[in-house]
Amino acid sequence: MTQHDDPMLRFDKVSKRYGQHTVLDRLDFEVARNEKVAIIGPSGSGKTTLLRLLMTLESVDAGVIYVEGEPLTHMPQGERLIPASRQHLSRVRAKIGMVFQHFNLFPHMSALDNCTEAPRTVLGLSKAEASARATELLQMVGLGDKLEHYPGQLSGGQKQRVAIARALAMRPRIMLFDEVTSALDPELVGEVLKVIRQLGEEHDLTMLMVTHEMGFAREFADRVCFFDGGKMAEQGTPQEIFGAPRQERTRQFLSAVLETRS
Amino acid sequence: MQLEWDWNYTLDILPVLGQASLLTLKATLLGFALAATLGLVFALLRMSRLAPVRWSATSLVEFIRSTPLLIQIFFLYYVMPEFGLTLDAMTAGILALGLHYACYCAEVYRAGLDNIPKGQWEAAIALNLSPYITFRDIIIPQAIPPLVPALGNYLVALFKETPLLSAIAVLELMQTAKILASESFQYTEPITLVGLYFLFFSLIAAALTRQLEAWLNTRHGGAR
Repeated sequence: MTQHDDPMLRFDKVSKRYGQHTVLDRLDFEVARNEKVAIIGPSGSGKTTLLRLLMTLESVDAGVIYVEGEPLTHMPQGERLIPASRQHLSRVRAKIGMVFQHFNLFPHMSALDNCTEAPRTVLGLSKAEASARATELLQMVGLGDKLEHYPGQLSGGQKQRVAIARALAMRPRIMLFDEVTSALDPELVGEVLKVIRQLGEEHDLTMLMVTHEMGFAREFADRVCFFDGGKMAEQGTPQEIFGAPRQERTRQFLSAVLETRS
Repeated sequence: MQLEWDWNYTLDILPVLGQASLLTLKATLLGFALAATLGLVFALLRMSRLAPVRWSATSLVEFIRSTPLLIQIFFLYYVMPEFGLTLDAMTAGILALGLHYACYCAEVYRAGLDNIPKGQWEAAIALNLSPYITFRDIIIPQAIPPLVPALGNYLVALFKETPLLSAIAVLELMQTAKILASESFQYTEPITLVGLYFLFFSLIAAALTRQLEAWLNTRHGGAR
């Protein structure tokens, strides 16, 4: 069913509304395998909604999202698409991992247990296998000495690195980063971005990140998408978007952001 | 009128009351175990995605909370046999206590479940945890500890209502004291002893609840 020439992700005329307010308006959007995409734009532009729809935290109102050619929230029945069963949803969703702005670690579990919970209960790994995998990942994010620490004993940057390890423990193909440095003290941003950069270099991962870190987007992303008012207003390489934006709206946004940063 | 306290009589009836107190404790513990478990079930049903399930659970909880426990005890013991369900007095009593307090516990659980941040549910979805695992490993372990004081209060309240079982002749403390008194015409000693017994165990239960609460607060490195 999965064909290799399918894009990793494809949004086909996807709309999302909250009451009268349209957050995403018939969005068409594709992401290639292993592509790193940075999504920027003003708040309320629909960029976080895009990630939340992918993670099935919200339901689409119209349109279909495809993951490696397979519909995410629907499944084929003959010629038609019907709403996905729990099994279908769970199988397609397993390809996706997400890191949140506010970490959302499980406060009653140690860093290690945060990272072994899902591999054990969802993938059926033994305690030893799950622990080995989690330890390796926590070492990779620089927290090999904090395995038994609880989230309450960690700094924001450390928590976010645990959250990244927790998502990776499920071996996703696609990683979603939702403003993962926005809740951090400025001096802790670097350690998290370093881990994300390392992930991009060493792993075959398709990465989508909603971010306000323009510097990071510029050096890390293959493509930058500017969202405004529920639509993708402009997209291009970082050089194009940051160097010579075509849209007036993009220029305004970037100059506003860069001004407040400097 | 002079109040007389008969120490010999007191010593005579102590073993009998001691025996009855075991029945009171049994009714309390089994009743509360039922209330704590069933209360959680009610709370979860009230969160169901199916409106009829939600509605039924809410109605049942409101109905039981709005009628007196004594009537529920009578109903289970005297009326249920009409529907082919005959229970011995102790079973009917424990069931009534458990059901009644389950409805109060359900409210406590509901508050606790509402207090879990949305991000915890979202993290569980992102990790592909099933709804059952999400409740078992993520939600319940976080929701219950803050509820211990409130649940402890209901344990003591349930304990203090066990004398109502004397109405269907369960030989718990109150019923036993009444029988002893009606035989000897000495009411002061048995009724006072029963009162002291309840005071003593209520204080113990409250102290244990505080201990448990303190212990729960020091887990997870003292930070939640």
